[in-house]
Amino acid sequence: MSEELKVPTMAEYMAEGKQPEILFWVGSAGSYDDRAKKITKAFVKILNKAKVDFAVLGTEESNTGDVAKRAGNEFLFQMQAVMNIEVLNAYEVKRIVTCDPHSFNCIKNEYPGLGGQYEVIHHTQFIEELIASGRLTLGGDTYKGKRITFHDPCYLGRANSVYDAPRDVLKKTNANLIEMKRHKGTALCCGAGGAQMFKDAEPGNKEINVLRTEDALETQPEIIATGCPYCNTMMTDGVKFKEKEAEIKVMDIAELIANA
Amino acid sequence: MEYIPNIIFAVILIVGIGFFARNIKKLIRNIKLGQEVDASDNKPQRWKNMAYIALGQSKMVKRPISGFLHVIVYVGFIIINIEVLEIIIDGLFGTHRIGLSILPNTVYGFLIGTFEILAVLVLVAVSVFWIRRNVIKIKRFLSSEMKGWPKSDGNIILYFEVVLMALFLMMNATDTEFQNLGIGNIISQCIAPLFDGVSPEGLSAIERTAWWLHIVGILIFLNYLYFSKHLHILLAFPNVYFGKVEPKGKFNNLEAVTAEVKLMMDPDADPFAAAPEGAEDDVPAKFGASDVMDLSQIQLLNAYTCTECGRCTSECPANLTGKKLSPRKIMMDTRDRLEEVGKNIDANNGEFKDDGKQLLGDYITNEELWACTTCNACVEACPVSINPLSIIMDMRRYLVMEQSAAPMELNTMMTNIENNGAPWPYNQMDRLNWKDE
Repeated sequence: MSEELKVPTMAEYMAEGKQPEILFWVGSAGSYDDRAKKITKAFVKILNKAKVDFAVLGTEESNTGDVAKRAGNEFLFQMQAVMNIEVLNAYEVKRIVTCDPHSFNCIKNEYPGLGGQYEVIHHTQFIEELIASGRLTLGGDTYKGKRITFHDPCYLGRANSVYDAPRDVLKKTNANLIEMKRHKGTALCCGAGGAQMFKDAEPGNKEINVLRTEDALETQPEIIATGCPYCNTMMTDGVKFKEKEAEIKVMDIAELIANA
Repeated sequence: MEYIPNIIFAVILIVGIGFFARNIKKLIRNIKLGQEVDASDNKPQRWKNMAYIALGQSKMVKRPISGFLHVIVYVGFIIINIEVLEIIIDGLFGTHRIGLSILPNTVYGFLIGTFEILAVLVLVAVSVFWIRRNVIKIKRFLSSEMKGWPKSDGNIILYFEVVLMALFLMMNATDTEFQNLGIGNIISQCIAPLFDGVSPEGLSAIERTAWWLHIVGILIFLNYLYFSKHLHILLAFPNVYFGKVEPKGKFNNLEAVTAEVKLMMDPDADPFAAAPEGAEDDVPAKFGASDVMDLSQIQLLNAYTCTECGRCTSECPANLTGKKLSPRKIMMDTRDRLEEVGKNIDANNGEFKDDGKQLLGDYITNEELWACTTCNACVEACPVSINPLSIIMDMRRYLVMEQSAAPMELNTMMTNIENNGAPWPYNQMDRLNWKDE
């Protein structure tokens, strides 16, 4: 990335005796996965552009334990949760934003019972907020009239009923938003949830991500927009499987907005 | 002697309702085999859900065709049952159409006319349902779990409804007095001419027969409920009330695990210390669920409420791509096993004798459980707020925490999280490297 990203850590803020307005929870995918790291950087670019006073935990962040919980390992989940909560509470974190709907759901819904009470929002909600308050302005017509379809991440949509924020943000780019037949409450999973990302699928007659990609292809999109690093991987693989990667891009909403 | 029909009627009524009550008691006992769960929260939301989702059928109509037809049968069922009230009074006291002597003729006519129209609509809807199940071959009615009894069960219920509605119309059509009144016989007046050649005595005999068969049929149907998938007509209401009111993505945190984790994380904790007074010292026998007794009472109520419509399965990404998992089968298996346990208890003087079987393995396989993406599509699709996902999760917990039986790749992933705080084998110290890459 040409311009330098400013990514302060909570430790740095603490050293200066300051509190950031929001903590950016990067998540394991966003920290280590090559594709997801691009989403992380795009979101930081937005945060920098909007002059948001944010910080990350950096090396003090650990896996939320979400995927362990969905795999059935409640012990590992609670160990991870308690460790993270200790760190978050020590920094007196109040508000958290994340690009990962799984972290979003886990911290928002499952951490409070273990002593972690925070306001947690998804990055699409935060971007919507930044645009609405005038802190972020979208210039240019990068996506004007482009056919974009949005794939609802299960843990953002069905799990937490956040359907409008990503769509409202996409509409702000003047793109031509086209819905798949299955969308919002009836959106089909990309196939990665419930720890499926980390294992082979059970025997069947099709991969779930291929079926979901077919849903998307029906809308003849130029861009498939996602709001989850795992969905992004699954849809990217699906588009490659259909040999459409030359015509169709799979992009996170953060990446779309960073370039808008 | 003139009271004999009244007595026979009372006996039939008492026996019919008595048997039903006995089965309901059994059903409640079976549900109570499950773990207690606190659902005293969010009362206003729970009542609202019951009003909208159960009474208002708001989720049924998400699929307009079957939803609309279902509303007809549902409204017909509820409203035509007002007529049953009259039948019971007539039967017990030897009156005939008591409503006529209580209500003004126009009101009575309006009521019966409404019932007759609804009866015809129900007949039409039920016929379409039968065609959908047997002729059009809609995919969700053809899954492997719908072979045999579940298929017959679905059809038997439709036949019951046809017979009951036909008897109701026939009873009205052959009631000379009612036909002569000329009000409320909006449909039956078209059936009456079919009996033109029949003598007054014959007509009366047909009318009495239809009347008796109608009420006996209703009582048989009432008792059939417990043995069929049709319990939803009663259980949908409590089931929706007890349905999840929190975000669908929120899975419960196991309290027993919390206690242990707290102990492990607390540097001052003395692992050999006696439990503090008042603390729960009954450590649960196991984590997660391998049999119906490990599930919650709400999950067991879910199983009895399921009417096997298959909307869950038809939205399940695993099922749509040919995997073995079917959320409907999870619910059917849970009920079948619960019934098996219940019968075992009946046969052993109120105590469960180990039968060497359990829900996990004998009914639900690991393969089904591991195919779930936890996407909540099944939960969203269910018109009566059943949560198959929660059962899948509880059984996964048993597999992982009691049997260490996760697929190998998942064990690798979990080891990575334990060792370096990420599902992949990367160093925690490299977590922020992305910013300089």
